[in-house]
Amino acid sequence: MSRPIIHVENLSKAYQIGQIGTGTISRDIERFWITKVLGKDDPFLKIGETNDRSSKGTSDIVWSLKDINFEINQGEAVGIIGKNGAGKSTLLKLLSRVTAPTNGEIKVKGRIASLLEVGTGFHPELSGRENIYLNGAILGMRKKEITSKLDEIIDFSGVERYIDTPVKRYSSGMYVRLAFAVAAHLESEILIVDEVLAVGDAEFQKKCLGKMGDISKGQGRTVLFVSHNMAAVKSLCSRGIFLENGMVKKDDIVERAVGAYLSGDSESQNQKTFSKDYDKKQFSLQQISINPVGNNDDYVLDEYQEIEINTTFTVKEIDQSMHFTYVLNNEIGEPLFTFSHVSGGVHLQLGLNEVRCVLPKGFLNIGSYFMSFYVIENAKTTLFVEKDIMTFTIQEGERPIGSWMGKEPGFIKPVFDWSKI
Amino acid sequence: MDKSSQSQNWDLVIKGHTSLFDVKFKDLWHYRDLLFLFVKRDFVSFYKQTILGPLWFFIQPIFTTVVFSFVFSNLAGISTDGLPNYLFYLTGITAWQYFADCLTKTSTVFRDNVSIFGKVYFPRLIMPLSIVVSNLVRFGVQLLLMFCMMIYFYLFPIAGTHFEITTGIFLFPILILLMALLGLGLGLVITAITTKYRDLVFLVTFGVQLLMYGTTVIYPLSYAREKGYGYLVELNPMTGIIESFRYAFLGKGEFTFWSLGYSAIITFILLFIGIIIFNRTEKNFVDTI
Repeated sequence: MSRPIIHVENLSKAYQIGQIGTGTISRDIERFWITKVLGKDDPFLKIGETNDRSSKGTSDIVWSLKDINFEINQGEAVGIIGKNGAGKSTLLKLLSRVTAPTNGEIKVKGRIASLLEVGTGFHPELSGRENIYLNGAILGMRKKEITSKLDEIIDFSGVERYIDTPVKRYSSGMYVRLAFAVAAHLESEILIVDEVLAVGDAEFQKKCLGKMGDISKGQGRTVLFVSHNMAAVKSLCSRGIFLENGMVKKDDIVERAVGAYLSGDSESQNQKTFSKDYDKKQFSLQQISINPVGNNDDYVLDEYQEIEINTTFTVKEIDQSMHFTYVLNNEIGEPLFTFSHVSGGVHLQLGLNEVRCVLPKGFLNIGSYFMSFYVIENAKTTLFVEKDIMTFTIQEGERPIGSWMGKEPGFIKPVFDWSKI
Repeated sequence: MDKSSQSQNWDLVIKGHTSLFDVKFKDLWHYRDLLFLFVKRDFVSFYKQTILGPLWFFIQPIFTTVVFSFVFSNLAGISTDGLPNYLFYLTGITAWQYFADCLTKTSTVFRDNVSIFGKVYFPRLIMPLSIVVSNLVRFGVQLLLMFCMMIYFYLFPIAGTHFEITTGIFLFPILILLMALLGLGLGLVITAITTKYRDLVFLVTFGVQLLMYGTTVIYPLSYAREKGYGYLVELNPMTGIIESFRYAFLGKGEFTFWSLGYSAIITFILLFIGIIIFNRTEKNFVDTI
């Protein structure tokens, strides 16, 4: 059984928002008097509220994190996900001791190396080599440790030729490569990484993720990873912690945590039931749903799934020339293709119809899609139109470590029939 | 889960509230390499892309000495205790400059390094310590200049002046230590307070300059006593140190163990307060700065 390596208990962090300055002295004195002399609870923290930046609050103290509890075992790779402002960065800052918690505690076993930024402390005037030493030491390495790994670091960075040039002459890509190379060679039990993938080109991202996978899976070290790239989180981590408004919303295996995070996004809705407004003379529309084949509860669609589109409607006057047609549009509203039950060979009947359309595995690329709905008579008269009747998002699936984690160009990626002649 | 976690020995416990005296000296020792790398960084980056390079370390004290001699000795006619003018001012300036550098640089350490401190943890005390040590390099170079001038005036003495190296020279390491720690202690207090209240920054920039006139840099202590302000100047803990410094190298100056002891006591009180306040502030300053 693996042992817990990080234990977080009732962790909270309050921030003061608004201006810090005027009135702080008098408030500090008041606070000191109440907490230290009278021994009561801090009154300024009591009135704090959860951190929701869109709603206007009454207090100028917000809880960026509130009563967080979790435990991480040795060798686990944990992805921390959530919207901007959910408290991810605050949690990382607390874990890496950049700032201290307001309440609660974190217990850690072993060394923590945190990469909240690559290249912290790089000095532009110093050469690449000198900066390796400086940056390594800032991250907690001893000098002889760095010397023993110097060749490896230079090799990994791929900037060997410029290693004795001041880093101010480097291109930004070279700078980041060198910085990540140093960090990747830290020997710590726990590695904390925040969004480093946002910088650098595809090749570099591939290298970063590969190295991180190597660290967590190969060397059995514990990795905490914050990213908005769900493909990277899914492929690197086995467990996900989904934060919302400073609280743990879901702490589960990574697929479920990512699912909870994405379905919380109300922008896309995968099932829609229609009201009386859709009750027309010739037909009435009841429901449209889009979900992975054979899975009605899990509304997260990913790029490797077969996707089914189910339409439920009632036909009031039977007319074989009535077509129910969909047009799929991309996120900027350009139509991609049109599809209809007619080409699928389905004949309508009087009364309730339930039709299913299955998109093959891996047909749609990742991204958001908008579906328009048309009812057409005699292949020329439009009886009914609704633009953007359904909106759905295809997410990144789990990809092998070391592969490209971004979006491939295009909107569809059909699997064609390939063979050797 | 709780049982298992409580029975274990954790290497590190991060909490909001810690004891006042919880200074992590062990951590500090682990990061000692970083201290020297910072010193090296400061030294190398100081003269990169300059033509004169480390020579710049000499130019400032030389010019200051020349100007001081002209204004205070030639124009104002303030006594230099029977020492050659240049030598008198240079010793004062060299020692004062070391203290002043330590103080002004440490007093902005949180603000200057917020980008590093905000991203990675290392014992924050490393940074002010590295400042004190890298100023020591500079001080050492300037000391060379002083020796050169001493040799010059020894070979070509000016009539009516006399100087000699005394046994006080053995106190030299202690004097350096006191200057460094005094600057460090005061700087730590100031930097901790300035994370919340910026006002002190303005005070420091001109305060240090003014404080120099309250120290025996441009006049000997005997001269201040003669005018009846001796007690005021002696209140300044730097006075005892500079007087001892001058006595050690030039044989003139009011050196007593009492005045040096006074400086030492003030230094250690300030340093103690400084380290504690700094240690308190370093945990959360990123949020308020």
